[in-house]
Formats: sequence, C-alpha cells, structure tokens
Amino acid sequence: MSQKFRCDEGGAIDRRKPLSFTFDGKTYQGYEGDTLASALLANGVHLLGRSFKYHRPRGIMCAGSEEPNAMVELRTGARKEPNTRATTIELFDGLVANSQNRWPSLRFDVMAVNNLFSPLLSAGFYYKTFMWPVSFWTNVYEHIIRRAAGLGTAATEADPDFYEQCHEHCDVLVVGAGPAGLMAAISAANYGARVIIADEHAQLGGSLINENFNVDGISGKDWAARQAQKLAGMNNVHILNRTTIFGYYDHNTIGAIEKVSDHVPQPAAGKPRQRMWTLYPKRVVIAAGATERPLIFGNNDKPGVMLASAVRTYINRWGVKPGSRAIVATNNSDAYRTAIDLHQAGVRVVAVVDSRMHPDAPLAAKLDALSIELIAGKTIGAAEGGQHLRYVQLVSTQGLTADPQRIDCDLVASSSGWNPNVHLHSQSGAKPIYDETIASFVPGQSRQAEVSIGAAKGSFELQDCLDQGRAAGAEAAKLSGFKGRLIKTASASDDDAYSIEALWIAPTPYNKSYKQFIDQQNDVKASDIDLAAREGYDSVELLKRYTTQGMATDQGKTSNVNALAILAAQRGEPIPEVGTTTFRPPYVPVAMGNFAGHTVGYQFMPVRRTAIHDWNEKQGAVFIEAGMWLRARYYPQSPEDTLYDCYVRETNATRSNVAMVDVSTLGKIDIQGPDVAEFLNRLYINNWLKLPIGRARYGIMLREDGVVFDDGTTTRLGENHYFMTTTTANAAPVLAHMEYYHQTAWPELDVVFCSVTEQWTGIAVAGPNSRKLLENVIDIDLSNEAFPFMAYGECKMNNISARLFRISFSGELAYEVNVAADYGEQAWLELLEAGREMGVSPYGTEALGTMRIEKGHVAGSELDGRTTALDLGLEGMANRSKHFIGKHNSQRPALIGDGRLQVVGIKSVEAGRNLRIGAHLVDDKVKLESVSQSQGHITAITFSPSLGCGIALGLLQDGASRHGEQIDAVSPLHDEKIRVEICHPIFIDPKGELVRA
Amino acid sequence: MHYSALSLVKQALSGNRGWTRAWRNPEPKKQYDVIIIGGGGHGLATAYYLAKLHGITDVAVLEKGYIGGGNTGRNTTIVRSNYLLKPNSQFYEHSMKLWEGLSQDLNYNVMFSQRGVLNLFHTDAQRDAAVHRGNAMHLNGVDAELLDLDGVKKLMPHLDFSRNTRFPVIGGLSQPRGGTARHDAVAWGFARAADSLGVDIIQKCEVTGIRRAGDKVLGVETSRGFIGAGQVGVAVAGNSSRVFNMVGMKLPIESHVLQAFVTEGIKPLIDTVCTFGMGHFYISQSDKGGLVFGGDLDGYNSYAQRGNLPTFNHVVAGGVTMMPCLARLRILRQWGGVMDMSMDGTPIISKTPIHNLYLNGGWCYGGFKATPGSGWVFAYTIAHDKAHELNKDFTLERFREGSLIDEKGVGASPNAH
Amino acid sequence: MLRIECPWCGVRNEDEFSYGGDASVQRPADGGSLDEWYDYVYTRDNSAGQHTEHWQHLNGCRAWITVVRDTITHEIFDTAPASPNLPPGSGSGKKTNGVKS
Repeated sequence: MSQKFRCDEGGAIDRRKPLSFTFDGKTYQGYEGDTLASALLANGVHLLGRSFKYHRPRGIMCAGSEEPNAMVELRTGARKEPNTRATTIELFDGLVANSQNRWPSLRFDVMAVNNLFSPLLSAGFYYKTFMWPVSFWTNVYEHIIRRAAGLGTAATEADPDFYEQCHEHCDVLVVGAGPAGLMAAISAANYGARVIIADEHAQLGGSLINENFNVDGISGKDWAARQAQKLAGMNNVHILNRTTIFGYYDHNTIGAIEKVSDHVPQPAAGKPRQRMWTLYPKRVVIAAGATERPLIFGNNDKPGVMLASAVRTYINRWGVKPGSRAIVATNNSDAYRTAIDLHQAGVRVVAVVDSRMHPDAPLAAKLDALSIELIAGKTIGAAEGGQHLRYVQLVSTQGLTADPQRIDCDLVASSSGWNPNVHLHSQSGAKPIYDETIASFVPGQSRQAEVSIGAAKGSFELQDCLDQGRAAGAEAAKLSGFKGRLIKTASASDDDAYSIEALWIAPTPYNKSYKQFIDQQNDVKASDIDLAAREGYDSVELLKRYTTQGMATDQGKTSNVNALAILAAQRGEPIPEVGTTTFRPPYVPVAMGNFAGHTVGYQFMPVRRTAIHDWNEKQGAVFIEAGMWLRARYYPQSPEDTLYDCYVRETNATRSNVAMVDVSTLGKIDIQGPDVAEFLNRLYINNWLKLPIGRARYGIMLREDGVVFDDGTTTRLGENHYFMTTTTANAAPVLAHMEYYHQTAWPELDVVFCSVTEQWTGIAVAGPNSRKLLENVIDIDLSNEAFPFMAYGECKMNNISARLFRISFSGELAYEVNVAADYGEQAWLELLEAGREMGVSPYGTEALGTMRIEKGHVAGSELDGRTTALDLGLEGMANRSKHFIGKHNSQRPALIGDGRLQVVGIKSVEAGRNLRIGAHLVDDKVKLESVSQSQGHITAITFSPSLGCGIALGLLQDGASRHGEQIDAVSPLHDEKIRVEICHPIFIDPKGELVRA
Repeated sequence: MHYSALSLVKQALSGNRGWTRAWRNPEPKKQYDVIIIGGGGHGLATAYYLAKLHGITDVAVLEKGYIGGGNTGRNTTIVRSNYLLKPNSQFYEHSMKLWEGLSQDLNYNVMFSQRGVLNLFHTDAQRDAAVHRGNAMHLNGVDAELLDLDGVKKLMPHLDFSRNTRFPVIGGLSQPRGGTARHDAVAWGFARAADSLGVDIIQKCEVTGIRRAGDKVLGVETSRGFIGAGQVGVAVAGNSSRVFNMVGMKLPIESHVLQAFVTEGIKPLIDTVCTFGMGHFYISQSDKGGLVFGGDLDGYNSYAQRGNLPTFNHVVAGGVTMMPCLARLRILRQWGGVMDMSMDGTPIISKTPIHNLYLNGGWCYGGFKATPGSGWVFAYTIAHDKAHELNKDFTLERFREGSLIDEKGVGASPNAH
Repeated sequence: MLRIECPWCGVRNEDEFSYGGDASVQRPADGGSLDEWYDYVYTRDNSAGQHTEHWQHLNGCRAWITVVRDTITHEIFDTAPASPNLPPGSGSGKKTNGVKS
C-alpha cells in the first residue's frame, strides 16, 4: 500500500493533490505540502544515503536545513543539484532524486568496507601517511582519495536557469516567522514601520505548524495562518517566504535568498530560479528559532534515530509516522512532547528514557496518564541494527554497572537540548556567550542594530516567545522613529516549563568501544575529538580543522556544541573557557548563481561602441577589445584577406595617400577655469604656462612615485578652456587622478573639468593627401602657414560644427576632426565622400599600431607601470624648475641609475624571420635551456611596409646607449631564438618633417 | 614519534591510544636566543629552518591565538612560482623546490599536489603578456607552457568556450609544477618538526610590546610576561604594522581584507588550479571535494576577518562567467583574511633599522605559496644577520631607493596589487 | 556592505565609491626632501582602529570625501568633503551609520 506511514488525518498537506516522484528510479506518491523527506518517510523509506568516509547507511535525522545525512542529487541533466537536503526539498510532481556517494547501489555499497578499516582512518590519518614514494601523492594517492571524497556529482553543462538580485530598504526586518517572529512583525507593522518578514518555509508559522500548540484558544497552525493573513493585508509589510536570511554584513546589511522556483519542475517563463536580496533594515529582529542537538551514543547514526523535534514535525506538519515502535530519549523536558504526539498519532511509544534522575513531575504525570513508561536515570548506550535501527541498549547515567537493558524499536527520538540559532548574531560581529541554564550559547551583547528573541535567544517557552515578539517588534519600530500602541497579547495554552541537565555523551554498554558520531556527515566520532585533543589539536579551531568537525555541508548545526562540550571534558575545563567558533556566512549553502546575478556571460561587463561602430560592422571590420570598447582592428576586403594583408594595405594607403581611423575611444576631458594652465603644469612633466590659444601640446603625466602614468595631447581652445586627451585604457583613472589632486590637494585652483569621452567622435585623417581631402569639406584655411602642426581651430565640416586638430600619431601629415557624437557617423560618411575620388580608405588599430612602432611612439606595452620618462626617452620634456606630480620620486637613485630598462628599436638581422612580442633579449652566449639573465624584452612588433622588414620596440637594460649592438631575442616557450640588432626607436622620418609638411 | 603507514597500522591495532602530542605545550622560558613573533606557517618554518639548517635551537615561536590561525588557514592554498620579475621568480621557485620535498622533510603529509596552475587569457594583449611572463619563467628556470584553446580544453573541459560570452578564452599559460597544498597541515607539519628539534611553540601568548635599549631589542612583553631574546623575527603578515608600531616604525604596508570561499563537496570536477583572465577569480578543488575560490580585495584598510557582499558578488560573477555550471553549486562558507599589502606588491624579508629586529611581511595575496621559502631565507637572514642572495632585493630600503619590484606595474596603490 | 554617507548625495552603498587610502598623510611642498616624499608615498600608520581615509563617490557625484572609519569593526564615525586642511578625525562628529544607536 502506498504511503502506509501517513497518518489518517492532520498535517499542513493537501491530500487532494497527490504528487508522484521517483527516488533511485522507484516511483512513490506524496502530497502537495510534503518535502521529499516527509514523502519518503510516509512511504517507509528511511535509507537515503551513505556517509562521507565510512559509507555507513544513513537516513533522515532532522526536518529542516540542519540535516546532516539525508542528501540527494536532485533533478537531472544541466539542472542537477548534488548534496540537496531531502528535508528542504518541496515536493513537486515528477520530481527525480537519486542517492549519492554509493556504488553500485545504495543498499549494497562496496565502499562500506571502509567501516571495517575505520581504526586506520582515525582523525587526520592522511597527514601521517601517503608520503612515500615521493611522486605517489599527486599521481596515485591523491587520485584515489579525490574520487572517494566529495559527495554528489555536479552537472557540467551551463545552468539553464537565471538568478535575480534585488535590494530593499525597511525599518524592521524580522528573521523567522514562528510565534516570536509573527508577533514581532505584526507589532512593528502596527506602529507603521515598514516591515519585512522572512521565513525559509513556504508557509509562515514555524514551530506553530511543527507542534501541537494552542494559541488564543485555537490551534497554533490556525493562529499562525490568521496572523499570516493579517500581515498579508498590511501594505507596510513585505512577506518573503521561501526566503533564508544567510548573512549579516557590515552596516546592518543583510543577504537573503528567495527560492522562487525550486518548488516547481522548472522556472516559469521569465521567472528566476532564485533571487538574492540585499536588505537594508534599520533594525533587525532575529527570531530564527533554535536547533535541537542529538544525544551522542553508540551507532547513533542508524537510520531510524532522529531528533525528537523532527519526529514531532513529521507528525504534525506532514501527518507522517516516522516509525511504529518508538523510544524517546532525552536529557530535557522538551522531548516529552514527542512521546505525547507519537502516542496521539497512534505510534507505540515503548518508553521515554530521561537521563536525569528526577524528571519534572508534571511531565511524568502526563506520560502516566497515557500509560507511557518513563525510565529515569538511564539513556541509550548504543543502537543496533543493519540498515535500520532494530533495538537499543539502555545504560545508567548514574555510574551503575548493571547489564544494559535491551529494548526493541524502529525509531529513536532523541534530544540533548537546544541550541539557539545565534549564527546571524555572531555574523553581525557579536560574540555569543555560554548559558549554563540551557547548556548552550545565547546571544551576547549586540554590535549592530539587532536583537534576538524567542528560541533564538534561548527562551523555549511559547508564551515567552509570543511576549518577546510583541515587545521587540514595538521596540524596533520605536527605535526606527515610529510611535504607536502595543498590540494585544496572545496567550498560549498548556506550555511546559523547560528544564535540562546536560548529558554530553552516553556511557557505552559494557564500556565497549562504539562509534559515537558527533558530526554525522563528515563521520567525526567522539573518539576522533579525543584523539585530536591528545595530539595537541586542542583549541576549538584546531580541532575543527584537524577532525573536519563542522566543516560539512550542514555546517555543524547539530554537532558544534556537542563537539565543544566533549573537547571541554577532555581538557577538563568548563565550556566557556574552551570557547566557540565564529559563525561565518552563509547560514545555509547558497547557489553561486545568486551572487553572480545577471552579470554573467555576455553581460559580465558592458560593451562600449563608438558612433562609427555600425558602419564598421557593415564593412565587415574585425574588432578588438580596448578598455571595453570594440575598435575596428582591420578591414578585410575579401574573405582571403589576412590580418597582415590588411594592415600592410591600410598602412600603405596612409603613408602614400590618405586614410581615416576612428579614434573616438581616446579619453577626453574638458577643462575650464582661470587656473587650468597651472593645473596642467602640475599634472604634466612639461610646461603649460605659455601654450597659446589654438595650439595643442603633447604631455606626459607621472604617478606620485615618479613612474610614467599616461600621455596624450592637451589643446587650448580658448582663454580659460582646454581639452585633454588620454589613452583609451587610462581615460577613467586619469580623470579620477585629476579629481583627487584638485579636491584633496589643490582646491585653491579655480578649475572645473569633466569627461567628454562619449560626447565627441574623433576621426583622424592621415596621409600626404589629408589636407587636400579636408579642404573639400572644411571651411577654414588649412595651409601650413595658417594651420601649422599642433594647430587647433573650430570650423564647419559641411554643415557640421567641428573641432580640428593638426596632430599626428602616424607620423604623416594628419588632422583629427572632432564632432558631437550624434554626428559621428555622418561626419565619417561625409569625409569618406569627400575623399572618394582620391581613394580614401579606413584603417584600423593594427595599421595604427604599425605606424606608431615605425615612429617609435610609446604606448601601453612600453608604459608598463615600471618605466620612467627617462627610460622612455622623454625626460627631455620635463621642466624641473616647476612642481609636478612625481617630480621628486622620479629622481630616486635606482630610477636614474644604471641597468634601467630603456626603450629601443629592434630589427631582425635574420631575413624572413618574424620577431615575437614577449621574447626576451639575452646575451648570445646563453643557452636557451639554462637559467639566464634576461636583459629586456620585446614589447611590440610589426612588419614595416615602409622598411620592408620586421621591426619591433623593446625595453632593454641601458638600451639608449646600445644602438647598433646585436643580441638574441629568445622565446623558450616557442623554442625560438632570433638574432636582432638594437637601434633607435624611431624608424622613419626621425626629424619629423612629414608631420610638418 | 615517526609517522608512517606502519605507525598507523600499529596504532590502529591498539585502539589509537598511543599517539602523542604533535608538539609540546611548554611554558615560556625567561630568555631565548631567537624569538619569532607569529605562529603562522612563515614563523614556524623560520623556526624549523633555524634549528635544522643553522643549529639555532633555543628558539620560541610566540602565537597570540592558535598556530596557523591567521592567513595560513585562510587562503586558497595555491602554490606557484609563475612570476615575471627575476627576484620574485627565483625566490618563489626556491620555495617551490622546498615544497617538492616538504612532506618527507617534515614527516607530515602536507598534501602538496602538483596539479598545475593555469592562467587563462582572452585577448591578444593578454596573450602577449603571458608570453613575456612565460619566457621570463623559463629563463629563471621555472616551468611554463603556453596553451592554445585545445590545450586549455584538455585541462578545464567545462569552461564556457562558446563565442557568446563577453571575453571568450583564447588560450592559457600553465605552470604544470604548480598546484595546491593542505594549508593547515603546513603549519602543523612545521610546528611538529620544529618542536622535535627543540623549538618552543607557545600559543595564547600575545606580544604586547617590544623592550629596547637604543637600537637593540632586549625582548618582548607578552600576555605571559617579559621574554628576553637575542634576536627577534617578526612574521605576522596582516599585522606587521601593529607590531612595528611598538617600536615606533611605520611600514610601507596597508592591511586589507581578502575574502575566500568554498562550496559544498562534490566528486572531482576541476583537476587543476585555474584563473580567469578578465576578472579576479581563481579556483581549485580540495581533496575533500569543495571548490575553493577567491578574487579581489574588498579594497579598503581593514583588520576585520570578514568581507562584504559587493566583492563577493563580483568574484562569483567572474567564476560563473568562466565556468557556467558553477551557478548551481552552493557556497558553504565565506571568510576573510587580513593581507599585508606592500606598496609594490612584493614581500619584505629584511633587516630593519633596529639591529636585532627582522621583518618578514608584506606578503599581499602571495604568502601561502612562499611558506617554506620564506622561512628558509628568513632563518638565513636571522642566523647570518644579512640577507641571502634570494631575498637581497626584498628590502625595506627599496622603496626609498626606487628599486621597486612591481609585478603589476600599478605603483604605490596597495589595494591594486 | 559598507554604507557611506556622501556629504552631497546621502548614504550610498560602498560599490558606488572607490577607495583612496589614508587621508592623514601630508603632501610635502615642492622642494621637500626625498625622505618626506618617501613617507608621503609609501609609509602608512595602517592603524587598527580609527582611520581617516579618502573615498571618491566615483559612480555618483565624483566628489572625494574624507571618511573616519574603524578598521576593525568597519563602523563609520564621520564623513566630510575632502580638503587638504582637514585634520585627521575632524568633522561634525556625527555618526553616520554602522552600529546600533
């Protein structure tokens, strides 16, 4: 029969909506509202996985995100999610899940043999062996270990789903929608505060749904539903269900993950899979509840051994009986409820075993009324069974050595007390403190605007939770500046007082050695903690790292405090002395896609396109990235055209006729004010005080450490108006640099400036016929006398207002036309038309680069952040009688001494052999394979159409004085060695006559 | 106690009762020949090599918390020597050679895994820079291979190789001898080996002051009282400025927080160390199965071992862009370490103006891989009161003189290195 | 997420800003000694605790501002427009964000 462990009634499930799913290929039925875990339990399936190290059979221990064992590979193909907790998977129709870390099958797993060798696999065993022979670690041992380790298998295809990122501000964020959280949210909202309430479940209510409570005379479940309805009706409340608050960051910023589509087979069209929220609350009320600890006894990892609260949750929330013969084992009052709920659900409760000698009398009476046996002063020493629990052995907690008492059962509901969820509190920078009365850590002093309430604060009684929520919500609203009145109280019925006597580890039957698991997922046993402490790994952090306790995907939620207590006992110190570890985000593991959001793949960074981009694209230009811009690199004229063919053709066209290049990507900064000349004087190494209106000048900027930062031209457009260009790559840094000095050092300078890079399109028209071309469209006199080299003028280009600069990067007679970017394409087309009869053509950055190498102009690969003006042969520009940035530091001894890498020209002396960027310049006596001293390297290469040979620029030690020397250029990566000659970096027109023609 | 497969079997047969402390827990003596401040990998390695290679065994390592609790246990465990500039290349290669025999030398398996380090490149300019660096590596005796797209696909088959990504991969520079090691084990292995040579490892002993007579150090004030010393070495990267503040010195160092992340454990997915070329992202898979990754600094001075979301988001965006199947894997833990960011991106292992006080710091992101090499040259420097050939350029004076070792060429912007 | 109050734009996320380092270093006058320039460019207090530093509201109004922040807790005590004359730690003394009030 299907779902034979389903109760006849009850649970927050919709029995009218049966769902079908498969686990390890077998099909089962569940109901809407189930988790995978509850549906499997309803079908009597307890064995879900194998443990990490010993491959022991494991089942379901918990009912929520703290589950260490019940992990599956959910879904298939590109949507596969390994290590997914069955306890957090909302069931949907058609769900497919598979067990992991087993071979060949879950029931028969070969690697379970590890269990037999477990004495060899003690804590840290791998640090003590696998060292010989030396080469075996990487090649053999590690190979085997890696394949044995890990849990599930990841998908290797791209994730087909997408993730969203949202931001929201609020006055009060309430974390958790249990009794305390619901009251806090309503209370704060009633004051008028903007409230966000987040809960990891679909349904608000928390423990009110898990437990069999009554509030205000109705069932807790119904009461919670009413409060949820009330909140949904308030327009100052934002309910984030299926949302986990995972991180508490600086300045009261909170990270949250909303599982938008994980409860359906795949996201609906346009819906993200998950959504990451960054929340900015003024106040945070943490009502995140508490996590129950398991008792530590022999074989406490058997399927069938569960947390007492989880057992209640399966009964109350999902109407599922996790077993048919139950033992409840506890050291506190809370687990008695489990016995009662089990009994009411029709499960036989064999006994309640309370490790305390004197259980609370009212609770004892309740059991008595139901004829449930209470065994005091004993606890479970060990569990036994194969792949499922069959019986337990009870032992005395009072040191009595009587024979253990065997009790047959298929379910143990165990509780060793509760740990308040202090994770967010700790992440906020605060330090939790140990509270003896509940034998756990509670929030300490707040460091940010947060307060913990209810179980998260260590208050485990329902009435306290309701009252604290009411007060904390109001207080948070008041602190956010709201005034109002307290809502009326809610009253809980029949709530028992909480009491506990810590029992950290059970004696074993006959003092035999058993595996007593602390961290079930990582297979860390009590004996491992003992061993680590004996070996000196005896601080909490060392222990954690040595044993791996708390490092598994459950982040030690159920194991940390138990481990700490056992360590404290081993060290003979009280728990507070031993300390606790810092809780780090995220609270639960979060899919990486959330953090990436939309900025992935093609959207990883923006693409910048110039006004001429579309035209370039139509021409079939090949593009190249430059500072996120796409620049035309070359223009193939036929499918056979190579890069080489193109740049040679384009260079020749420029040098012999006229050609045009889009230079819009250069950084452009408009600078105005009476003190601009002085400002430039301090920014650049050269002098700017006497630049006339209508003239441009080339300048070099240094960093404060004296190394060259950037170069470019600045033009004086008017009395107090200048126009600066920077390299494409440094456009933004130069602007920030100028702003820094102007605002922090020299605010007395009366200048204003801003970036106009994107406002202007720049077109360089270069070549001996450039003047002739421009004369067809420009309305000013372009004769050498009227408009000499470095001249500037405003003009009309046909009907377009333009700025004209006579500057040259190619070394030819050349002009640069700037027009408003909106007219960029039109200007480009008009220039092409104006030069059509002359045969004007476009050229790309490759030809541009060729011509700059031929001219020895330094660029990015020579301005590598280590070279000085002296190294680049530009020191002559410096005016050291004035102040400029970097002036003093550029004179440090090592920057002006011998052995500097200086820019040189390089020619191959081996005909027909190409030079290579990145080749190093070495002495010819050096063998390729030997350790040698590089004397420099090649920074840029090209084939020079003008010279008909391969040329290069490079940086060479003391290169300025080594022209004429021969040296080897080697590229060991390519097993390559070429003889080269060092020469002056300017290969053509050294006197610069062409640009002045 | 010697560690071996045999010792494991023997202990297993006797219920693992016979294992002894990996290192003693001694009370501090009144005086030591050498005190090393800082019980991280570097300090412990220094003590080990002082004792082993220089016969100086009257050594104490003082640690304010527990050993290996700082950056030794907070990094992404990458070991490489793929540097451009000669001083770096030769120093890190020396360290690499020490790594290659470290487990055997220490009798402690530090799981040094030479699975290779692959730097992707995405543009011609990046390829040119990779050729420049790869050739420099060869010329300094370091292994390097230039890979084309097919070569990259063999090492990292699940990257986004489509053209429909912002920066398609075009190749990579690989250092096959690079890889990873088990970070905690490095501290523990050095501690155990140093202890066995007589070094006192003193945890929970915070240095609160440095007692001086003129330009000579007499010893250190600690939370456990004054301890005299003939020489004092400082290896507290992240906190170098705080310790040198005790002697009134300012350093060319800023402390910045660097975040690191690990995912849930999965079966082998990534077999090498891989770095993205267009964003700051590096990733490898631990032997336990977690994907360990990191990225850029948060960018502001910080001594908090915690980072914030914007950097987190940016780092992961780079990762998912590089390897789209990562999107569904879950991040398990996020943490921060405090980096000693030097002003040129290169460490300082140097004598100081105070005669018997020595500085080992400024490690930026690069300290873990340097651990054995750093200890080795620092021990030499302390033992001989002068730098070894391998650290002669890593001086404090280089900033004043202008002999900077600036791999990235970004100048005195510590948060940009 | 650091939340930084730009004196012109109000409280904004840290990713709108770029960091400019220690604002207490004094830029020497032209003709200052190499030692002074060395100190200015290279050495830092790097204090653990209160730290006066420059940030630029890069993706906003582009103003450089001075921020007084704790480098251990990241708490921000004060922000003001940058100025060469700002003594370290000065300002309105108004706490802008970071911790409970």
